[in-house]
Amino acid sequence: MELVERVLAGDQWAISKAISAVENGGPEGRAIMKAVFPHVGGAVRIGITGPPGVGKSTLCDAITGVLRPAGRRVGIISVDPSSAFTGGALLGDRIRMGRVAEDPEVFMRSMATRGAFGGLSRATQDAADLLDAAGCQTLLIETVGVGQSEIEVARAADCVGVVLSPESGDGIQAMKSGLMEIADLVVINKADRVGADKLEYDIRSAFELGLKSRRETPILLTEAHRSKGVPELVGAIDQFVAACRADGRFEARRRCNMESRLRQIAEFMIHHSLFEVNGASRRVEALAQRVLERRQSSYDAAEELVREALDPNRGANS
Amino acid sequence: MTAKPRRTFRVLVAKPGLDGHDRGAKVVAAALRDAGFEVVYTGLHQTPEMIVNAALQEDVDAVCVSILSGAHMTLFPEILDLMKRKGMNDVLLCGGGIVPPEDAEQLNRLGVGRLFGPGTDTRDIVEYLTETLPVLRPAG
Ligand SMILES: Nc1nc2c(ncn2[C@@H]2O[C@H](COP(=O)(O)OP(=O)(O)OP(=O)(O)O)[C@@H](O)[C@H]2O)c(=O)[nH]1
Ligand SMILES: [Mg+2]
Repeated sequence: MELVERVLAGDQWAISKAISAVENGGPEGRAIMKAVFPHVGGAVRIGITGPPGVGKSTLCDAITGVLRPAGRRVGIISVDPSSAFTGGALLGDRIRMGRVAEDPEVFMRSMATRGAFGGLSRATQDAADLLDAAGCQTLLIETVGVGQSEIEVARAADCVGVVLSPESGDGIQAMKSGLMEIADLVVINKADRVGADKLEYDIRSAFELGLKSRRETPILLTEAHRSKGVPELVGAIDQFVAACRADGRFEARRRCNMESRLRQIAEFMIHHSLFEVNGASRRVEALAQRVLERRQSSYDAAEELVREALDPNRGANS
Repeated sequence: MTAKPRRTFRVLVAKPGLDGHDRGAKVVAAALRDAGFEVVYTGLHQTPEMIVNAALQEDVDAVCVSILSGAHMTLFPEILDLMKRKGMNDVLLCGGGIVPPEDAEQLNRLGVGRLFGPGTDTRDIVEYLTETLPVLRPAG
């Protein structure tokens, strides 16, 4: 495929088209992903997550500002929510990325969640794979502004920075399961605001009560809009990744992430084959009618649907 | 979940130049969002290079540019030229601002799409894009 050749050569037009193809689903996107796979895996993936408005985008911009002069090739994917009502989205993360805007070598793509709930979109990891194959060395993956349980990025990244700001709560939040558990690093951004030191103390205290690995979680204070503390953050990320590579955690995590990715893709394929191929909704309608007429049990009807969906010839060209 | 009737269209809304009013651009962005578009909003003070580079990376179907500074006769052609050079021949460039009819005509001849004056009903913009984009870029 010519498009794939161009993606591998780092051509931005081609990367952009390829991301759209995987994002829109369908056979072209799948074919592209099948073709690039031998070239995927070199990039280090940094997840940047945290509640709405804490400064994730600004931080991505500032991190890029540190990595670029060091000669690193950077790709950024930022996810914002789609409307559940209209499907529309306002993708506003670029507004905070002034440095990125001035550096055409940095590939930045905004993605809408399109109905996904984990903080990323269904195609985010495919887009990351494409940027990886295109030669990016560091990928920043910014999630939507998350709550406590949107933690999918943990399965998509080699290192996750959970970004908080002094308004984000106190030590009790830091003790809860969910978001804080996926932090390889905690970033307290907006450190120029009152309460940053208190939050750091609270989080530190909360971590002291936990497992040993928790106690060692680095906590960094940043002021992303003026890059303060950001070189130190980049240093901490590099150090974390290097330590993981050295003691095998990096590989172990990649394996674990890949397992969950395979499960996710397979699940999607089955879902697609169950409900989204041509004629699927008519099939469900017909079976429902049969159940309503008490000619078949709902479980027998559902078993039939699943059997049909798993038929390898089903939906092969849809 | 049902099959999508059509793909989702993506539009970049940008505000080049040095004048600091992006209210108009925000109103358009919100209207397009509510009409089901994915709107990439880049904010103020964008150069033509920044706008086109963002449009390229975002694979948008249309670039909507709001120009109130009077620089439309330089900015639109510059953006269009950069788009062509980057291979974005099927991407719609349209916009809004205070553009006299004879300027608008000249820009249309160059290949710029519809230009909406101040006070345009956002529904007209939504309708224009809803009708134009599926024809211009059916598959993406
Ligand atoms: N005071 C202060 N403001 C900051 C800092 N970093 C970012 N901001 C501001 O915080 C606001 C939100 O920043 P974003 O980068 O858009 O935050 P975000 O987390 O990406 O937001 P979502 O993607 O919507 O969740 C902007 O107005 C930034 O300028 C900081 O260190 N200090
Ligand atoms: Mg953001």
